[in-house]
Amino acid sequence: MVENTKCECGHNNPVGTILCEYCGKPLQQEVIEKSSIENEMRYEGAARRSQQSVMSLFDRVWAFFSSVKVAISLIVITLVLSAVGTIFPQEEFVGAASKELFYQQEYGWWGSTFYQLGLSKMYSQWWFASLIAMIGISLVICSLDRVVPLYKALKGQKVIKNIEFMKRQRIHVAVEVATDEEEAKLAELEQQLSKHHYHIQRDGKAILAEKGRFSRWGPYINHIGLIIFLFGILLRFIPGWNIDSFVNLVEGEIKRVPQTEYYVKNEKTVAEYYRPEELPPAMRSGGGQVIKKYQTDAILLKKVFGSNEMKEVTRHEIQVNDPLTYEGLNLLQSDFQPQQLRGIKLGIKDKNTKQSKGQFTVVFHDISLHQVYQVGDLKVKMEEYYPDFAIENQRPITKSREPNKPAFIFTIQKPDGKEEKSWVISGERLPDPEGNQYGIDLAGFDLANQTGLMVRAEKSLWVYLVGGIIFMIGVTMGSYWQHRRVWARVEDGVLYIGAHTNKNWFALRRELEMVGKPIGQVFGLVENEKE
Amino acid sequence: MKTVMEYLLFATFFLYLFSAVAFLVGVSGAKKKGNAERVKKWGQTGLILAIIGVTLHVAFIIIRIMISGHFPTSNMFEFIAFLCFAVVLGFIIVFFIYRSFVLGAFVMPIAVILLSYATVFPRDVQPLIPALQSSWLYIHVTTAAIGQGLFGVSFVAGLVYLIHKVGNRDKSKSAISLELIFLVLIMFGSFSIVSTIFQMTGYQATFKHAYKGAEVVQEYKLPAIVSPYESKAVKMDSFAGMSKPLFESPKIFQGEKAASKLNSVLWSIGSGLIIYGIYFAIARKRLGKLLHPLVQKLNLELMDEIVYRSIVIGYPIFTLGALIFAMIWANQAWGRPWGWDPKETWAFITWMFYSAYLHLRLSRGWHGEKSAWLAVVGFAIILINLIVINLVISGLHSYT
Repeated sequence: MVENTKCECGHNNPVGTILCEYCGKPLQQEVIEKSSIENEMRYEGAARRSQQSVMSLFDRVWAFFSSVKVAISLIVITLVLSAVGTIFPQEEFVGAASKELFYQQEYGWWGSTFYQLGLSKMYSQWWFASLIAMIGISLVICSLDRVVPLYKALKGQKVIKNIEFMKRQRIHVAVEVATDEEEAKLAELEQQLSKHHYHIQRDGKAILAEKGRFSRWGPYINHIGLIIFLFGILLRFIPGWNIDSFVNLVEGEIKRVPQTEYYVKNEKTVAEYYRPEELPPAMRSGGGQVIKKYQTDAILLKKVFGSNEMKEVTRHEIQVNDPLTYEGLNLLQSDFQPQQLRGIKLGIKDKNTKQSKGQFTVVFHDISLHQVYQVGDLKVKMEEYYPDFAIENQRPITKSREPNKPAFIFTIQKPDGKEEKSWVISGERLPDPEGNQYGIDLAGFDLANQTGLMVRAEKSLWVYLVGGIIFMIGVTMGSYWQHRRVWARVEDGVLYIGAHTNKNWFALRRELEMVGKPIGQVFGLVENEKE
Repeated sequence: MKTVMEYLLFATFFLYLFSAVAFLVGVSGAKKKGNAERVKKWGQTGLILAIIGVTLHVAFIIIRIMISGHFPTSNMFEFIAFLCFAVVLGFIIVFFIYRSFVLGAFVMPIAVILLSYATVFPRDVQPLIPALQSSWLYIHVTTAAIGQGLFGVSFVAGLVYLIHKVGNRDKSKSAISLELIFLVLIMFGSFSIVSTIFQMTGYQATFKHAYKGAEVVQEYKLPAIVSPYESKAVKMDSFAGMSKPLFESPKIFQGEKAASKLNSVLWSIGSGLIIYGIYFAIARKRLGKLLHPLVQKLNLELMDEIVYRSIVIGYPIFTLGALIFAMIWANQAWGRPWGWDPKETWAFITWMFYSAYLHLRLSRGWHGEKSAWLAVVGFAIILINLIVINLVISGLHSYT
């Protein structure tokens, strides 16, 4: 370890500095012995918090998360686990009622184990979430640990560098020059480098040529993008932040949109199939139909404050890939059931004359008690409705709100004002009370298409998008540009040149060959072996 | 118009093939000294053929759009053909940065294998199901595929690097691993050839069996080596005296098309081993050793940089296409940006893998052989996502 961090150039460096902040001279013994300082150049040889020798608990945590080795291990563990999670389907894609049984029956011992270990819910497990969180922490700490010293070092870099610094660059050259040629050589070099878009700084007999420094910030910017993205995921844990539910509606039905103040009405639902001539021959012969379009004409409604009336908010022809969107709320086409039972048609017959008096339709989702249906000159009033009829303790009850076995009690009001009561129970024939003049019978079914709409709201969407855009900016900066520097210095009749790039050495060497050609300077021949 | 489209596809295929041949002829001359001129001449021919090939490929895509009204990336044939296009395009981009003819001699044969593998799948123009009717279909899939194409170039550069570095080694683990990679590539090629032959002769076999309480019919396009579990043959053309399947598949392959896929895998492995066996009987040395002289004069550092550079060029494109655009579309079509569907998960795995690669290279100094192996593994992950996930594990993305 270094005790004295004062460089011979007189600059006082922080403890842990590898290369003098001022002149670039290697300070640590093991670095002085190396022929190349390529690895040390990565962060300009600056002291980093994680590299200190005396550590508090905070420093230890910091050092752990600032390690790229740790970051890579976290990435690899996450990707391996993600892969394991796809061996069998995740629970959410399994329709079976008993998940445990499904995995056992379908995949045997391996399936059971998969389920027991909780791998069937991999991506929502706490340990998977903690892995992602640890990657997030690592992103923050890795970036801070490096970007601050790197920024300071690059901002304060000096043109005149120590000869040892230049000789230990991966690409370097040293040639003797006559004293009267010194100036011409440097000027030529300057000119050629600026032709290749280098920014030139001159200090006495030294040159610093630099380009693409901004690309060094690329990785840190993309990490910021990722952190913002992860923050968006974190926000999802706020209750009510997301809406994720489902609503089924037959044509004409109005239902409340779950977890919102809105109602949605299904005006019409259609499915359209490709005509046979639109299909390739191979698909035509199969006889199977290929769906072309699912569409629901939907209206979003809102209750007028203080009354029961509904006001239209917006309407949309919802298709797959084209949801109804209103202030962050999305209704997506995701299920279609053709010809569902919407109601039943009932016919009234005069028992004496055997004459039909007419029909009326009871629509299940639109039943209100004491509702009156006009059939000819008769008024039929709904007295009781049991959607899922059963007898319990000798009393009629309903088992659920679904019209599985609807039963009704009607009163028929005759033109003369007399009333008679009548029972209708689906699937059962009840003898009407003796004195009844009219009988009510099933006359048919009222069928309609049913749509299934996914109800989604994801408030983090904008956070994701901003994170994604920042990530793309950073990754583009870092990927398509590189930071190249060339140092030149004449000292005691020798022209020393050293060059460094943060990546793509081959391309740098080719560029320097082109720079060197016109001035008869050969670059890249002397190259230090990589460590 | 359909015939024009078919002709364009054939022309593209043969141009890629001729380009591969030209590159190989050029590079094979490099063994002798003072033949740089020859490498350059043939190499340039190869490059021009590849560029014409890519142009015709674009024409093929345009005509297919005109016929179907949508961008051709909606089924296995269309996607793999597009991936082949992306690989060749990626090669052309990388070529103009590094001017490496050797790379062409290995990229183009792999492009040929990819395109012939694509034609194994039905080439019919199919109408789009509602879930795919979105302009994101081509925005998302093309960007993702171009990224993958560049990863493909990196995979080939990695192979070239490894041929140089370990191809000539005796009895080493890495030499054998490299040979296994060649064997897998041969299996892809031989499967495509076998499938084409049987498609032309119109081979058919049909089996009936029960699955989940219903009767299912499985159609084979290749002679049945293995029949579905507890099935009855409805019809089976005989091939080389084989009029009955050799054996019945085990119980786990009782899915709807599982047995016919197993049959295809057996054909790939079998035909690949036979072709490799014939090769080995003639050449009497490993492919790595055979190819090694072609890359003997290789500039290793250049190839190492191509491995890395193709990945770094491809990475932002892949991120944009396979993750960001994917999330935007998923949000529009399925109401959530991310749902851990197997295909999504594997895109995530691919991305994480290349992220790890970049960190290993830039921060941990993984160069050379390590970097080349990682490039190979990365492309293997992409192929797993393309083939295994689509054909074996079904999810929301399995439309073919």
